[in-house]
Amino acid sequence: MTRKVVVVGAGVVGAACAFHAASAGLDVTVTDRGPVGAGTTSRGEGNVLLSDKEPGPELALARLSRTLWDEAGQELGPDTLELEAKGGLVVASGAENLAALQEFAARQEAAGVRVERVDRVRDLEPHLAPDIPGGVHYPQDAQVQPVLAAAALLRAALRRGARFHPGEVAGAVTGRDGRVTGVRTAAGDVLPADAVVNAAGTWGGEVGRRLGAPVEVLPRRGFVLVTEPLPPMVRHKVYSADYVANVASSDAGLETSCVVEGTRGGTVLIGASRERVGFDTTMNTAVVARLAAQACRLFPFLRGVHLMRAYRGFRPYCPDHLPVVGPDPRVPGVVHACGHEGAGVGLAPATGALVTAHLLGRPWRGADPAAHTGLLPDRFLTPGGVPQ
Amino acid sequence: MTDPADLIVVGAGPAGLAAAATALAGGLRVVLLDSGTALGGQYWRHPPEHARAAVPTDDLHHGLDRYRALCKALAQHRTSGRLDLRLEHHVWSAVRDGDGFAVHAVDRHEAPRETAVVVRAPRLLVATGAYDRQLPFPGWDLPGVLTIGGLQALLKGGGVAAGSRVALGGTGPFLLPVAAGLAARGVEVVEVCEAAHPRAWLRHPGPLLRNPGKWAEGAGYAAALVRHRVPLRPRAAIVAAEGGERVTAVRIASLAPDGSPRPGTERRVEVDAVGVGWGFAPQLDLLVPLGCALTDGVDGNAVVAVDEGMRTTVPGLYTAGETCGVGGAALAVNEGRLAAASVLADSRATRVPADKHLAALRSAVARQRAFARAMALAHPLPPAWSSWLTDETVVCRCEEVTAGAIRSARADGAHDHRQVKQLTRAGMGWCQGRMCGPAVHCLTARRGAYEPAERLVATPVTLGALADLDEAPAGTTCTADTACTAVTACTAGTTGTVCTQASTDNGETDKECS
Repeated sequence: MTRKVVVVGAGVVGAACAFHAASAGLDVTVTDRGPVGAGTTSRGEGNVLLSDKEPGPELALARLSRTLWDEAGQELGPDTLELEAKGGLVVASGAENLAALQEFAARQEAAGVRVERVDRVRDLEPHLAPDIPGGVHYPQDAQVQPVLAAAALLRAALRRGARFHPGEVAGAVTGRDGRVTGVRTAAGDVLPADAVVNAAGTWGGEVGRRLGAPVEVLPRRGFVLVTEPLPPMVRHKVYSADYVANVASSDAGLETSCVVEGTRGGTVLIGASRERVGFDTTMNTAVVARLAAQACRLFPFLRGVHLMRAYRGFRPYCPDHLPVVGPDPRVPGVVHACGHEGAGVGLAPATGALVTAHLLGRPWRGADPAAHTGLLPDRFLTPGGVPQ
Repeated sequence: MTDPADLIVVGAGPAGLAAAATALAGGLRVVLLDSGTALGGQYWRHPPEHARAAVPTDDLHHGLDRYRALCKALAQHRTSGRLDLRLEHHVWSAVRDGDGFAVHAVDRHEAPRETAVVVRAPRLLVATGAYDRQLPFPGWDLPGVLTIGGLQALLKGGGVAAGSRVALGGTGPFLLPVAAGLAARGVEVVEVCEAAHPRAWLRHPGPLLRNPGKWAEGAGYAAALVRHRVPLRPRAAIVAAEGGERVTAVRIASLAPDGSPRPGTERRVEVDAVGVGWGFAPQLDLLVPLGCALTDGVDGNAVVAVDEGMRTTVPGLYTAGETCGVGGAALAVNEGRLAAASVLADSRATRVPADKHLAALRSAVARQRAFARAMALAHPLPPAWSSWLTDETVVCRCEEVTAGAIRSARADGAHDHRQVKQLTRAGMGWCQGRMCGPAVHCLTARRGAYEPAERLVATPVTLGALADLDEAPAGTTCTADTACTAVTACTAGTTGTVCTQASTDNGETDKECS
């Protein structure tokens, strides 16, 4: 029986794991080398999306997560998360593109996503370019402020008895049977544990290796642009249908397809370049220019609006672009919860619930391990237990 | 000039002007960019060319002979085509580009039209100076409360006095020339509050004795203040500003040695404008994203780490002036020359300054740096300044974040200004934390130097100009004759959005006595 759990990582996914595990009565310690939400969590737009996911294991997790974000909002107060169910509007760039988008939306609808075909997109977004042939409205798409959300989830976990232990994980301590009995930190502390949750996000590959359970998690660099504060001009998360293709893509080069949305602070966020360049932190002005150009094509008024800042982060992705959530068969006690790529904020609560369900050995808050086997780490392992 | 440039210099203040002049004299081709309408930066800020005759400002300046000599040298090289001077160019990013650098700017000389420009060269020298360091106090966000650098910029740039009855406060020798300049323009300077005590200088007599010029300069300003009957109060601070639509009064208190107000000493003084400055914060926005190492400066600011030839830790990247530690214009000029000498040596130029000349420069820089250190130690931020704040005092003015909100973020575990920003939005607004960053740092970290947040976009730029950059042909090298990778965006917008020019001078800066 699992009692003591160490969650490695205080990003939004680690915080959600701690929140659910502590709510289930487990003895939780969260550890991170930095403060809450300082990694990829602080570098995203806060997307809680169903619209960009095709039917399959990730959409199933996303649908549960959407419900659990609402529940977290009710428990913790929607303002503490800046949870906003603003809806998404995916627009097509041409007739052919529109047909593909509508076909994609029909399959999502069959999988339980609410979709609404929109012929006159300017009824929903008056400032869109006039030549857009149509789109699909996804009323369930939502947004949270990721760092606030992570901090609120972690605070709630601490109220429910969890602890925070600053430090960097150095390795796992295992018993004679190979089972985890604790986590060793770089400072030499040992945190006793029956289970360790690898919620280290982009650094999940390295943490997995240190725990003796390597998983392939790679960084994908993304830039986000932030404009000057404006009166409300963009009401939904608006993006071009190309984004859907990019999210699922394995192309090594640069991909940009902008996502434009307003925030409570009045700024407009323009997101979502994707580059596979390792942990290269350098500024790429060409990417920034490309995002700006795409945003201006969607919303021509943006041409006269100032870019105030840009930031970049590293999204963690697995080779098949699905997160890895579940126990690692090689080291009993290690449970992975990483590799969410650009969807970590959206998928965090369901990931936390699913990890808790794995730890408890029974469903928790609607998360049934039997329903999410497609996310298990086993898919990367050969029968010998070595990553493929 | 059809050959590519050898060196890009960003910033045409004392350091950048001197660097460009030395590099040009050594035979290099130079692109010099500055956001201002004239050469000189903040220190030698001048009215625009067409207004010079009408607005005399010579008496407000120090070292004008040197300024004119540098301008003359640059003018000659401009005629010969070796200097590509780009005023009203706002640089928003500098990035590595092959073995060299690409500097991205927007040309605003036809504002609100904004044209994206890219210049490329194998070497880059960043001389972006510094801006006023501010500490919040109740009422500091009232109209009429300015930085002392802002007051000085209005005087030098347009002959404008921001008020008729002005109180100044903060710390550092820069208070003196600002007070003297205002008094010379007929402003009643009711009080100059210096938080430090002059005795603090006596702890470092060596640098004082070795920099007699600084003494003379300070004495000159002091005499001017006596002449205009401006009272200078040591160990005092403006701890609050009051007013409705704009400031009408300040509260001034004597300070205990730790900087906390002495109980019972608070006085109310009526004013119509206030100037405050707590030293300067180096402008590192272009340097930090390039990855150059920083080091802790004695004044509480992180500064760029340089070798004795002003080379940063990034090959090909040099810096001079306040970016490697606030020390004033004379030091900046010498550092600019030294940096350019390194550029000449590193690019194997034929005309490299003689060793003897270099040794003299290095020794002058060392002497002036020692003075700057003594100055920083004599004028620290008062350790207990935050006792002036109430929980309601706004710290981040752009996002209206109060001291109370920052204190609760700290209680929630935020231990630096970046974390506080994520939790409270402090530093996320127009000025991107340039105003409140040092204060938020003091309120949360309390230890270590203030290291500004990385700003990948150094100044606001329209999305239209960026979008046009995306469609422009890439790879053009900049020359003096051809407008390299330049594309124009009409920033007036296509849907009638009214567009104003971005104010990039959020903390207008000037330094004299320092």
